[in-house]
Amino acid sequence: MAAINHSKVKKKRFMSEEKKDRVSGYLYIAPFFIIFAIIGLYPALFSIFLGFQKWNGLGPMTFVGFDNFKVVLTDPLFWKSVYNTIVMGIMGTAPQLVFGILFAYLLNLAFLKFKNVFRVTIFMPYITSMVAVALIFSVLFSDHESSLANYVLTLAGLDPVHWGTSEWGTKIAISIMVFWRWVGYNTIIYLAGIQSIPNDLYEAATIDGANKFQQLFYITMPMLKPFIILTVFTSTVGALQLFSEPTVFLGTSAFTRDEAMTIVMYLYRDAFKLQSFGTASATAIILLVLITVFVAINTLIASGYGRKKRGESE
Amino acid sequence: MSKPNGKKVSMSKILIYLFLSLASLLSLFPFYWMFVMATSPSSAYNTIPPTLKPGNLLVENFQKVLGQVDFFQAMWNSFVICTIVTLVVLFISSLAGFAFAKFKFPGKNVLFMLVLTTMIIPPQLGLIPQFFLVSKAGLLDTLPGVMVVFFLNPLGIFLMRQYVSEAVPDELIEAAKLDGCSNFKIYRSIVLPIILPAFATLGIIVFTAVWGEFLWQFTVLRDPENYTIQVALAQLSNTRNIDFGMIMSGVFWATVPLLVIFLAFNRLFISSITEGSVK
Repeated sequence: MAAINHSKVKKKRFMSEEKKDRVSGYLYIAPFFIIFAIIGLYPALFSIFLGFQKWNGLGPMTFVGFDNFKVVLTDPLFWKSVYNTIVMGIMGTAPQLVFGILFAYLLNLAFLKFKNVFRVTIFMPYITSMVAVALIFSVLFSDHESSLANYVLTLAGLDPVHWGTSEWGTKIAISIMVFWRWVGYNTIIYLAGIQSIPNDLYEAATIDGANKFQQLFYITMPMLKPFIILTVFTSTVGALQLFSEPTVFLGTSAFTRDEAMTIVMYLYRDAFKLQSFGTASATAIILLVLITVFVAINTLIASGYGRKKRGESE
Repeated sequence: MSKPNGKKVSMSKILIYLFLSLASLLSLFPFYWMFVMATSPSSAYNTIPPTLKPGNLLVENFQKVLGQVDFFQAMWNSFVICTIVTLVVLFISSLAGFAFAKFKFPGKNVLFMLVLTTMIIPPQLGLIPQFFLVSKAGLLDTLPGVMVVFFLNPLGIFLMRQYVSEAVPDELIEAAKLDGCSNFKIYRSIVLPIILPAFATLGIIVFTAVWGEFLWQFTVLRDPENYTIQVALAQLSNTRNIDFGMIMSGVFWATVPLLVIFLAFNRLFISSITEGSVK
């Protein structure tokens, strides 16, 4: 009698429990979706709408079709900013891939002592904010002949460089800064990847007589592929969104000179310096397209798509 | 045979140590340089060769910073913003992560995919409408105006779902249900204590990201009283007569607390950042 009663209660509860779970489920994910609707979805859609309007932020909007896109795409300054962004993106992030893997490989060597000291010091720049990094580098790489960077150049018998105003000086200084801040981050990601590689692979290779370099190229690198794809993805997105570093590094001349103007700086200038919100929104849409295209290309390259295809056709 | 081989290995060992030491040195040097400049008079900058020894103007240079921006107010503003954003994101993410991990409801997988897709939208796409949204709500140039956009954090939900489904056993939830616990009570007294380590991970990721963010804070904040530390620091170099000692002093005092916390909890920091990106 008691047993029957118990199972009855349990069954009854179980039915209503399912319904309760359903309600709780929706209720618990609701805050995220409400915030997403207001802060994420609405602004994204409104940006796309604004891309087709002429608007100074105060007066009425007028529909102008594709005019904003035409204005942006025929503006030499926009293309200069695309060029700058890509050049600094490549110079700032590509070396990170090489050094990141090298550092991670070395930091994982069994005999290495002071592992954590090396790991912490190489990672430390990532902790500093981008603004702080940009200010430190604006002093290291200032236009003065006595700046440390120029002093090192003169020691090497080279001419001092105008790091704040020359075409390549600005780009090189900003790329070095990006490299310095992020290489430790990528190293840590690769290190996590290397540590996930089973040890018996290396043991088997050692027995087969493979040396350390062969092991690096034939075991570590291929096994690291997913981690490389991940960092290529984040580096590509990050590089195309470059804003804080050049803006703070250049200080007062950030929006008046074009040597290091990036796409996001161009967008910011249109919107908040020139009150041309239509063209700024068009730039945002173009940026989205550029990010999608570059991410697709770079991750395809990183996953060795081209190599595989060639291998198949041979 | 074995002897020359052993020698060769130790030679490459020395090279590896040298290489890593050099890398560490280059990694640390800008920090040291920041300290040198923060303690030197502005004129130290014009000497050739450049000074590499710290000066004795640690306090004086910082006083100049205080004359330029309200440093402590800015640090406090950043701290308040980061703390509130972190707490809100932890709450929203853990609640949603719990729902995605443990409840059955129609459309769950589609909705979760939607959460993941929102990660791909670059923040710049929404920048302009977000600015007008915040301004319409009367939050322009206020701390809440800075906070709101950071409440959106799909990565948090992803990490929390992962952690809840791994760390919280279904049996525990079933048992609590049999005892008549409400779902929110289960969240509060069973799920929360178990996922505290994940809170540390996500908390560090969110706090450091918001602390260092610049574009949005720079866009929303106008009144020096509301500046966050990043916006305040950026103002230091916007003066006509650039005083490097003063600028570096501001950067130094803004960076030191962060470095101390990082060095004290470096393993937790590094593992958090790794987990946040690798998962």
